[in-house]
Amino acid sequence: MDHYTDYATGAPLADTKAPEGPIAERWDTRRFAAKLVNPANRRKHTVIVVGTGLAGGSAGATLAEQGYHVQQFCYQDSPRRAHSIAAQGGINAAKNYRNDGDSIHRLFYDTVKGGDFRSRESNVHRLAQISVEIIDQCVAQGVPFAREYGGLLDTRSFGGVQVSRTFYARGQTGQQLLLGAYQALSRQIAAGNVEMHPRTEMLDLVVVGGRARGIVARDLITGEITTHLADAVVLASGGYGNVFYLSTNAMNSNATAVWRAHRRGAWFANPCFTQIHPTCIPRTGDHQSKLTLMSESLRNDGRIWVPRTKGDTRAPGDIPEAERDYYLERIYPSFGNLVPRDIASRAAKNVCDEGRGVGPGGQGVYLDFADAIARMGRKAVEQKYGNLFEMYQRITAEDPYEVPMRIYPAVHYTMGGLWVDYDLQTTIPGLFAIGEANFSDHGANRLGASALMQGLADGYFVLPATINDYLARNPGHDTVDAAHPAVAGAVAETKERLHRLISVDGDRTADSFHREIGELMWEYCGMARTEEGLRKALDRIPQIREEFWRRIKVPGTEAEFNQSLERANRVVDYLELAELMCLDALHRAESCGGHFREESQTPDGEAARRDEEFSYAAAWEFTGTGDAPVLHKEDLVFEYVHPTQRSYA
Amino acid sequence: MRLTLRVWRQKNDRSPGAMKEYPVDGVSPDMSFLEMLDTLNERLTLEGEEPIAFDHDCREGICGACSLVINGDAHGPERTTACQLHMRSFRDGDTVDVEPWRAAAFPVVRDLVVDRSAFDRIIQAGGYVSVPTGAAPEAHATPVPKAAADAAFEHAECIGCGACVAACPNGSAMLFTSAKVNHLNVLPQGAPERETRVLDMVAQMDAEGFGGCTLTGECATACPKGIPLTSITSMNKEWLRANRKVSRD
Amino acid sequence: MALATRPDRRPTVVRTVWDSTIGKKTIMAVSGLLMLTYLAVHMFGNLKIFFGPGTFNGYAHWLRTLGEPFLHYEWALWIIRVGLVVCVVAHAVCAYQLSRLDRRARPVGYVHRRPRASYATRTMRWGGVILGLFIVWHLLDLTTLTVNRNAEPGHPYQNVVATFHTWYGDVIYIVAMLALGLHIRHGFWSAAQTLGAGSRTRDRVLKSTANGLALVLTAGFIAVPVGVMTGVVS
Repeated sequence: MDHYTDYATGAPLADTKAPEGPIAERWDTRRFAAKLVNPANRRKHTVIVVGTGLAGGSAGATLAEQGYHVQQFCYQDSPRRAHSIAAQGGINAAKNYRNDGDSIHRLFYDTVKGGDFRSRESNVHRLAQISVEIIDQCVAQGVPFAREYGGLLDTRSFGGVQVSRTFYARGQTGQQLLLGAYQALSRQIAAGNVEMHPRTEMLDLVVVGGRARGIVARDLITGEITTHLADAVVLASGGYGNVFYLSTNAMNSNATAVWRAHRRGAWFANPCFTQIHPTCIPRTGDHQSKLTLMSESLRNDGRIWVPRTKGDTRAPGDIPEAERDYYLERIYPSFGNLVPRDIASRAAKNVCDEGRGVGPGGQGVYLDFADAIARMGRKAVEQKYGNLFEMYQRITAEDPYEVPMRIYPAVHYTMGGLWVDYDLQTTIPGLFAIGEANFSDHGANRLGASALMQGLADGYFVLPATINDYLARNPGHDTVDAAHPAVAGAVAETKERLHRLISVDGDRTADSFHREIGELMWEYCGMARTEEGLRKALDRIPQIREEFWRRIKVPGTEAEFNQSLERANRVVDYLELAELMCLDALHRAESCGGHFREESQTPDGEAARRDEEFSYAAAWEFTGTGDAPVLHKEDLVFEYVHPTQRSYA
Repeated sequence: MRLTLRVWRQKNDRSPGAMKEYPVDGVSPDMSFLEMLDTLNERLTLEGEEPIAFDHDCREGICGACSLVINGDAHGPERTTACQLHMRSFRDGDTVDVEPWRAAAFPVVRDLVVDRSAFDRIIQAGGYVSVPTGAAPEAHATPVPKAAADAAFEHAECIGCGACVAACPNGSAMLFTSAKVNHLNVLPQGAPERETRVLDMVAQMDAEGFGGCTLTGECATACPKGIPLTSITSMNKEWLRANRKVSRD
Repeated sequence: MALATRPDRRPTVVRTVWDSTIGKKTIMAVSGLLMLTYLAVHMFGNLKIFFGPGTFNGYAHWLRTLGEPFLHYEWALWIIRVGLVVCVVAHAVCAYQLSRLDRRARPVGYVHRRPRASYATRTMRWGGVILGLFIVWHLLDLTTLTVNRNAEPGHPYQNVVATFHTWYGDVIYIVAMLALGLHIRHGFWSAAQTLGAGSRTRDRVLKSTANGLALVLTAGFIAVPVGVMTGVVS
């Protein structure tokens, strides 16, 4: 096992597509330099898009509008159900409608700083530029953003930013934006420009002659393994937070598409960068299947506390003021309960580790609105947070107006993903990754309301512009058919893997393995990581993997609707990805953003970045299951925003 | 808690199905209904029986995947999705019947999973604004009165789960269709396609084999997002208006 | 770049209405409201029976001379009759077709059954069938006088009294009028929704109007047999 951590460092990696010159002009420069495909020739090109969330849905619709033939895939029964739908808060855009000093440059600056200086300046600036167009596009589609009485769009400030640049549609912004993209996609499906394949899961990537030429997929209803060939493949399959088993991701969100692409040669960047959201509803027992997020806005008025003494089992109302520890207010007197996500999460973990957590299993802290109710009155609290309180009560059967809420951090988003250049192309020519599936824009930590922005920027505007260049430069592809050895090989491997899963016929379910790897990752590769813990996890993962292939039990057959098989096959990939995440976390011996290494902290316990050694994106090259990957570093250069150490004390 | 579940089991769309009984022990009141099914499925898997297939994904009441009729009610006794229904809504010793959505337009795929692609085709028939990417005017170019924006939002909340169809004695999709028609038709952005949208979507809805609306109100009662019955009235009005306008053109 | 996705040719409005469930409901709503208007007039005329044979028979005769001299004798009545037949047939055909469609839309029912919808809603179909049968009997009884023993053409007052002197005449009539009340109660409100006249603010007004119409019409119609039975009309 030791040899896995003996990774080699390969040739450094450079983004060859980002143009030089003033940052504000780079996107224009790139768009002009990119070759175009003659509109009449576009329908001769087929592009595969995997996933129908904000990134995939918007990309599929836009490519089809441009005239390409699009083959689109999702595992859900309808493209409308992709997990982007669950995003609550809002979407950032540098519209400066409030005249409060916002600008493209400020959004760019905030995002680079928020990402703790581990993102690429060119990409982030482009994101900020495009943000304004996204709002225009969505409004024109009929997305019902919140409005003021004058009929203009309302905005709010979000995630500790000093300007009000977040557009929202009550607590369902993700839903409304996704439905906008879904509707645009539906229009193209009706026009025959998009061939939609719902309930079809990508299980492998087809690479022919070094280029991505298609995918192997499974029809989830019939179990049939199908191949789909194209001129380019776009992965918009989301993040990999479900490695942790419990997360705020949808149950079926998975890492298979990106991991299979990684195995075929797409390098995986910064896999250890995961975001842990501080305000989720704590788990209630072993039966827990997923975690539910409560909007971060609750921290504006709620006070977070735990009992002063260990093992205090009194009801919260019976604990006198003097015996409560409002730990965020105590440790961070100037920011108090409003410290950034990663800091709030880590502080909660620390007090729970001390044995002062509340609720079942001691995995929770109180978020108390008693003071807010006394100050503003119940009515005002109801108006501001009524729907969140209702949701909390429905899930926990506790009335947050009477009893303090209990919250605990949960995995929410993964900043890492497939390495892409400025064109969003991975290291496999012809394979593009957009949205949460790539690594590009959020660095080591994502700001609130930026995920929706990035997904739509990639899908509506960036990819449709850059993919032209690839297709124009590779116009005369030889036709590849299903008999091609690379295609037949991928199909055979997939079939073999599924068959093996069923034929083991062991005594443990896929869920039990998933839970085990999830708990291990949460323990050692969660909110705080240590070299010792990560090494433990790296020891354990191959053992779990070995046990998995010995004891997995999948009922039924491959040739039918088989949800157990779907799950087991996803766990196979989690068991490999988890190892890479731990290795990445181990090699990055610094703390930055969502990645906190206990060995690297300031005297007052804050994350200490080590820019001299780690100012790079780590892209990992796959060499074989359980074999040490090769590390390629892309140096991050900061010309416009100069790295500083965050401080919230 | 100890429950007796009676679940619809059906291997695929070609084979017949039947209700099958399963005793479930050790149910915690904090479990969601789907987590209760998860634990049953774990047990069935280890006992060598095929687990119960059911659609689910986000488990926070927004994706619209879950689709269980529980004791005759779409999504069960609470006004929410089955994933947000918790076992504390049941009592020790209860017998609980779990069935799939029933409608000709929603054929059963397996066990509790149905095919709802008819809904997608209704949207494809006109549930959009034709605005290609890049063609949008500045967002503030057209102010939208707050009342219209709020009304649009109320209808846009539909999650497309199909509970309205499952609850309707006629298997009608009027509430679903009307939610999208109204969402787009009350907005100035939706105005240019106002007539064609409602005519084409209603025609598609009828072509899919959904029943007609007899205004029983069951749909609105079952809707986890509270789409009101008046949504149907508004669509009727839009449809009549569209026919008048089209006949004049 | 196929941006326009909609068909250029669209079916005629008549085709669209007839082919659509909403169109058929519209036909039902319009025909139902016309019949409701007729019933209100009919009931009002019926009540003249309490003013004695002279008034009632005179009213019946006037109906036949309505519109003279522009119209010939009984032309107005026949125009109304034809209109009513069209309404009844259209109403019934649409109801029949929609019911078949509704049944086909749920070929497999739920194992776990529970009562659904309100009483008036659930009885629309059977209530409609009862009313259809009643219309046939009613025409045979008081228009063609086929089943009315002791009836004499040209003496409507006496014929009405004769009908309600039989127990079955009273039972058939009263049952049908109760069915009518329920039918109007859901039908009027439902027609308003189908024609797009409902809204959240107007819902209570519509529901009360429906209840009021149902009550007044049922009471007004039933007053006649009750009058005969109690001897007020004889």
